[in-house]
Amino acid sequence: MRVLLTLLRKEIKQIFRNRMMLPMIFVMPIVQLTVLVYTANLEMSNIEVVVVDQDLSQYSRGLVSKLDGSPFFVVKGSVASYEQAEALLLSDDVDAIVQIYSGFEQNLINEKEADVQLIINAINATEGSLINVYSNMIIRDYSNNLRTELSGFAGQGMALNIEIIPSYWYNPLLDYKIYMFAGILVILVTMIGMFLSALNLVSEKELGTAEQINVTPVKKYQFLLAKLLPFLMIGLFELAFGLLIGVFLVDLPIRGSLLLLFSVAFVYLLVTLGLGLFLSTISSTQQQMMLVAFFIWVTFILMSGIFTPTESMPVWAQKINFINPLSYFMRVIRMILLKGSGFQDIARDFYGLLIYSVLILSLAIGNYRKTT
Amino acid sequence: MDIIRVKDLVKKFGSFVANDHLTFHVEEGEIFGFLGANGAGKTTVMRILCGLSAPTSGEIMVAGYNVYKEREKIKQNIGYMSQKFSLYEDLTVSENIRLYAGIYGMRKKEILNREDELLERLKMEEIKNKFIRDIPLGWRQKLAFSVAIFHQPRIVFLDEPTGGVDPITRRQFWEMIHEATKEGITVFVTTHYMDEAEYCDRVTIMVDGRIADLDTPRKLKEKYNAKNMNEVFLKLARKAKNGDDK
Repeated sequence: MRVLLTLLRKEIKQIFRNRMMLPMIFVMPIVQLTVLVYTANLEMSNIEVVVVDQDLSQYSRGLVSKLDGSPFFVVKGSVASYEQAEALLLSDDVDAIVQIYSGFEQNLINEKEADVQLIINAINATEGSLINVYSNMIIRDYSNNLRTELSGFAGQGMALNIEIIPSYWYNPLLDYKIYMFAGILVILVTMIGMFLSALNLVSEKELGTAEQINVTPVKKYQFLLAKLLPFLMIGLFELAFGLLIGVFLVDLPIRGSLLLLFSVAFVYLLVTLGLGLFLSTISSTQQQMMLVAFFIWVTFILMSGIFTPTESMPVWAQKINFINPLSYFMRVIRMILLKGSGFQDIARDFYGLLIYSVLILSLAIGNYRKTT
Repeated sequence: MDIIRVKDLVKKFGSFVANDHLTFHVEEGEIFGFLGANGAGKTTVMRILCGLSAPTSGEIMVAGYNVYKEREKIKQNIGYMSQKFSLYEDLTVSENIRLYAGIYGMRKKEILNREDELLERLKMEEIKNKFIRDIPLGWRQKLAFSVAIFHQPRIVFLDEPTGGVDPITRRQFWEMIHEATKEGITVFVTTHYMDEAEYCDRVTIMVDGRIADLDTPRKLKEKYNAKNMNEVFLKLARKAKNGDDK
């Protein structure tokens, strides 16, 4: 115990003497949480469209102004021919073309039906389908209005119309920021865990001080525990600091128990720290370590479900996620914060992480060599 | 009494034989020198004796413990100063002393008493709160040696301890080594400074991973009809395959 305390004192002094450390601890969360939350956003607005209105009637103008009036679309102008519109799409000046054929109004009145053509730049498939959904919504809305108007003229009864009124649970305003914020908190905590502890250990190897420790009777677990504990504390502090920013910045709801959240975070940090330490036992230089860590990091992040739900990934990918600690914590943090889940709801993930932490820490300690 | 006993030590790195059937013993309280060109295998021997490196084969006992099975017990009884600089540059003089003392499980009161005594002896009281990176190399080396023997080990291993140090500091350094032997500490030292070999009680000269000869400096000089250790070494090393550039 005395030896561990001696080593801890050393690590803490060294960490806080590192000029990079304090800025990292405070600037990193502020930048990530303020900038990334607003930029890593899948909501769309200001979709630029060009209109080819070949009907130039009251109804066609009505549709155009309906589009322009929505928060999603900006009508960048109206051109006379489809060719001109296509040129704009090709030169990337607009995201979509709305073409209204001549006879639009006439057809609507006579046949209660008319076509509108929508051409969307779908290089980004997600963006393309969102544009489709948004514009369909607006056009349907407009046609409903017209139907009421026209059937009124014709003196017939109201057309039967089924409308779905969704009720969005846990995030009633579909606020993407809250969802992303929780995800970015995970990134923050993970970076502290995986990179800082690993860099710290490998740099001792590079400097040769690790060898000096290896000729002493210090036990492997003592040495590694002293490397792990300070970063565990820093990681938990980062989470608290991040939550505080969230509450003030985006009205982040904290519906579940904070104690539960921090308990999971504690175990999760053991996993990431263990992973970092393991990586540093298999590398002899910081470059090697960073290269491997970066590869794992990017893979884990993209598969974690931060942007796309893991349930919609292929089955083999979901199986890979079994060893991805980020996917566990990503799920749990959102459940606790946004849904108010209790221990029962997240027990599986919690135990999963617990087993993971025991395995990876044993692996790191077992793999650390005092003798080569 | 033999504090280190080595019989038929072999260490291979792949097909390269770094130590080829070495047999020697070190007596308690002596200064035992290991001489050789770079690449002759001196550091490898030392790393094996310290438990940093596993031997390929051979019987090796250090401080009465077996290097295969009782490495951690050996470590409690030795001090080690490596070629690479071994103190923490971002800790102060005093913090480095306390760190290593604490690692060996010394009591706080004992640490504080002995720290004051040591700083006084080294005349480093005024710089005890300076970071290691801010003090000159010669001072660092003296401090590193003092830290290596602070927990009063039975043996201290010094791997080219005076590399890059000026002649006056080297002289002082060897005085410190002699002081340490008075306290009963056995000194195992590698060097390629031939004048330093004269300070040793017994010297081993290594050539190409083998022991070319082992005796007191005086007897070696008589045997090879040489004025100084440098000549002895040159006569033995002329047969070397692995040159200085290795």
